[in-house]
Amino acid sequence: MADSPADLTAARLLERLNAGELTSVEATQACLDRVSATDDKVGAFLRTTPERALEQAAAVDRRRAAGEPLGALAGAPVAVKDVLCDEGELTTCASKMLADFRPPYDATVVARLKAADAVLIGRTNMDEFAMGGSTENSAFQKTHNPWDLERSPGGSSGGAAACVAAGQAPLSIGTDTGGSIRQPAALCGVVGLKPTYGRVSRYGLVAFASSLDQVGPLARSVEDVALLYDAIAGHDPRDTTSTNEPAEPTAPEVDRPLEGLRVGVVPEHYAEGLSDEVRQAVEKAIDGYREAGAETVEVHLPHAKHGVATYYVIAPSEASSNLARYDGVHYGYRTEPAAMHARLAAERKEATEAGDQAAADKIDTALVRLYRQSRSEALGPEVQRRIMLGAYALSAGYYDAYYKKALQVRRLIRQDYDRAFEKVDVIAGPVTAAPAFKLGELIDDPLAMYLVDLYTVTANLAGLPAISLPCGVSSAGLPIGLQLMAPPLEETRLLRAARMHEATHGPTAIAPLS
Amino acid sequence: MSDNQTIAGQTIIGLEVHVQLATKSKLFCGCATTFGAEPNTQTCPVCLGLPGSLPVLNERAIDLAVETGVALNCTIPDFTKWDRKQYFYPDLPKGYQTSQFDLPITEHGWLEIATEDDEPKRIRITRAHLEEDAGKSLHDESAGGGDSVIDLNRAGTPLLEIVSEPDLRSSAEARAYLTELRLLLTFLGVSDCNMQEGSLRVDANVNLHVEDPKAAGETAATPIVEIKNLNSFRAVERAIEYEASRQWREWQETGRRIGQAPKQTRGWDDSAEVTRAQREKEESADYRYFPCPDLAPVVVTADEVERVRAKMPELPAALRLRLQTDHGLSAYDADVITSAGREMADYFLAVATSGGDAKQAANWVTQHVSRVMNATGKTLAELALPAERLGGMIAKLVGGDLPSARARDVFDTMLEDGVDADAAMDKLGIAAVDESELVTICRELLDANPKIVADVQGGKQQAVGALIGQAKKKNPNADPGRVRAICLELIAES
Amino acid sequence: MAIQRTDVERVALLARLEPTGEEIDRLSGELAAIVDYVDSLSAIDTAGVEPMVHAIEQTNVLRADEVRKSLPRDAALANAPLKSDSGFRVPAVLGD
Repeated sequence: MADSPADLTAARLLERLNAGELTSVEATQACLDRVSATDDKVGAFLRTTPERALEQAAAVDRRRAAGEPLGALAGAPVAVKDVLCDEGELTTCASKMLADFRPPYDATVVARLKAADAVLIGRTNMDEFAMGGSTENSAFQKTHNPWDLERSPGGSSGGAAACVAAGQAPLSIGTDTGGSIRQPAALCGVVGLKPTYGRVSRYGLVAFASSLDQVGPLARSVEDVALLYDAIAGHDPRDTTSTNEPAEPTAPEVDRPLEGLRVGVVPEHYAEGLSDEVRQAVEKAIDGYREAGAETVEVHLPHAKHGVATYYVIAPSEASSNLARYDGVHYGYRTEPAAMHARLAAERKEATEAGDQAAADKIDTALVRLYRQSRSEALGPEVQRRIMLGAYALSAGYYDAYYKKALQVRRLIRQDYDRAFEKVDVIAGPVTAAPAFKLGELIDDPLAMYLVDLYTVTANLAGLPAISLPCGVSSAGLPIGLQLMAPPLEETRLLRAARMHEATHGPTAIAPLS
Repeated sequence: MSDNQTIAGQTIIGLEVHVQLATKSKLFCGCATTFGAEPNTQTCPVCLGLPGSLPVLNERAIDLAVETGVALNCTIPDFTKWDRKQYFYPDLPKGYQTSQFDLPITEHGWLEIATEDDEPKRIRITRAHLEEDAGKSLHDESAGGGDSVIDLNRAGTPLLEIVSEPDLRSSAEARAYLTELRLLLTFLGVSDCNMQEGSLRVDANVNLHVEDPKAAGETAATPIVEIKNLNSFRAVERAIEYEASRQWREWQETGRRIGQAPKQTRGWDDSAEVTRAQREKEESADYRYFPCPDLAPVVVTADEVERVRAKMPELPAALRLRLQTDHGLSAYDADVITSAGREMADYFLAVATSGGDAKQAANWVTQHVSRVMNATGKTLAELALPAERLGGMIAKLVGGDLPSARARDVFDTMLEDGVDADAAMDKLGIAAVDESELVTICRELLDANPKIVADVQGGKQQAVGALIGQAKKKNPNADPGRVRAICLELIAES
Repeated sequence: MAIQRTDVERVALLARLEPTGEEIDRLSGELAAIVDYVDSLSAIDTAGVEPMVHAIEQTNVLRADEVRKSLPRDAALANAPLKSDSGFRVPAVLGD
């Protein structure tokens, strides 16, 4: 695989495209070839769109040759998580419910990628509706960790992280509701940024939990993450939760180290459950900052330990509402009506013959049954579990005890961060307690799977930008991630601090897939 | 069928009125709100509830809601937010309705209505909150299998739900409240209140307060029933009357009180004129309201409310008063003009100004103009009778240039030919009769009718009446009043 | 607060899901474990803490009342599982 354009980072690729040493068609073809060669093992892509990608690439090459002005990502291949609407293209959210859904509009992020002249090569696998941390909840296929095919790439943006780790695409778009960019980035050994809530438009992002969802970039270098972030960030009038603060370009800044950087270290991060290998790798990364002249300061986040409980009230509550639209009426899967009517008739007959009026009264109307059967047949177990959890938390009598309480704790978590950031510029810590787990290892224990999100959910709850960076490898050869967080809207600071780590730690490798 | 048995109790009524606000675009997207478009041609990803779409609030809806709140004497809280009301229905594409639960945009107001005993009565307004409308379910004959077809054109249209306290005591009061509310809303221009097009929809909450048989002097309340599907004010009246009778019968049969049965929803069947119980929802309406994470709250400052208050147009109650105090109209005429709507009131004011006589203007507007509009079904704008023309006619009438006996002919000609009073009078050959000519005519008539002169001199003044017809034969423009007066004067002088 | 089978059945109807008997048993157990974990929040003192609904706390994000182009009807109905010429088709909404 030596010397394939697929091995280049996007920044180097763009340099060569601009220098005329390489065409976008060549680069795109190299990525598509890499997918053909490796994706039967990895399973990162739900589908590639080679014709469209090569057309886009050829158009960019023509325009470049003609000296026309080009977008910031002109000719660079980008993979997109199958959760962002792309007009006329399948957008399935890895769900049987949307297996045939083709939106009549572009997500703002997709429109901005197109405007930046990126080449959209395909759509990556994910946990169904972004619910999960292993990508095993996809209705269509499993994705394997490129560093160990027995293991999970993490999730929900498992395909997005795996495709970058496998060198199938230099750039990839993921989404992060409780860690869904950072955790797979950590487990696959790539860089993944969850921007400040409101930085990147959610318009056209199929919602999981609206107040937590955020779109972000994954790549093999901080510089690439900055480039992709710059292309998608910024105010969108179609998303009223998008910030009016201008998103200044970060890519030109990332190489400037921060003078007098204060790195926050949180003792609560090193409680029981954190594996020794991860702790050592993270501590080594923090030592690296000290060696680079930064000061480390101990800060406390007393409510962070309640993050997972808080998250698993708020996220399912919003999800139960956001996913109510999948009812088999206006789009999406509908149960086979003849069989449904026949079953209903049989139930009525049985109740009537038994003279059981109470049972007869309990039988659904055709409409209610249409909803229940369509949803039960087309939504996977994890999605149904979260819908149930959310409907329960919001139901009469439980709202105050669960939902309102969680919103209050959410503010306490945010206030902890606000206080901590009075003393430090960034906070450093682990992304996950352990490196990649085996496929199937956690799938039957929902709560254990939820607890994987311990270190990541708080950034979503508080709305902070956070990044996952490779910081070492376990004895089994599995990547380990370092998480940096910054105050809201401080992406430039976060990326500069990330680049400082990357500069000492060294470049990110592509998984050999031997 | 409403029976005529006497209800020994008091009917208690509260109304929920859904008003479509007069915005050009929907509450959360840019789709048009035009009535009558082909099904599913006014939709977009947002109002279709497509995955990934997000709402963006229409600021005009906020303005209209605040104006309504101020006009209804409500307080406008400085903070209001959006909540999702969750239930499944095919006309509700997102599986929730974006509405306002605990912090409505306006609350605690009142509206004064006229009652049968002429004492105005204040009906308290509990709250008025904004929400999006649902789509429409149409029965599909073509499918053959009793399917429904959903049209989402209306989905996302802004509604203001105005909820009254249970302060209404009769179907007549309910109608008076609705009439006054509709008048107020149309004066404000916040809604066209067109019931045929669904711009104004009413639900009524009804129960009875009856004498408690177990505790003398105390009252007992029957279970509250919410009546839906009320498509006209008449339907509201009939449904309330029906429901009061039905509850009275039920009370006598069961003695069941509020709290002993859940609140029931009944639909009004307009052709059978009965209310019918609607199927209870299995989950007994657990809407799982929660704050909408996609929409930011709205802050309305006291300054903004003051600005709205300062710009508030004249409301019906103020206009009624002004017509009486400034224009000398009777309470009755003032109400007739006001109730005919802002456009008619403005027309009247213009007629009164150009005609120089408000009472004459009221007379012509409330009687003749209204009559012609009713007879022809035309609107004011469609009647070719600008206020200045009618005013011009009245000025001639008042100034004596147009004999009152001919005014009706002139009015009709002005309408028919679309001309002003001068042209109509020319066409009809009407000219003011010179006083000296009138005196000559009267003198000739008196000379020719000595018996009448003798009768008048004998005290029978009414005998002069016989001369009026003769005077008109000599000159059709002769004013009867003047003929009578001149004749009497001449007899007295003789 | 223990989750009973009847809770699961009630919530399943609210959420328009239709778990089988076996699934109800499984869900009862799983949800009970999660709810039990989440109940740890009840010990936190949140008196006087304003609930945090949004991660970005803005107000009055409004648009002008302007009409924008709607989708062509074909596009609006394109993803419908069952449709007539003019709309989305469903079993009769009233009655059985």
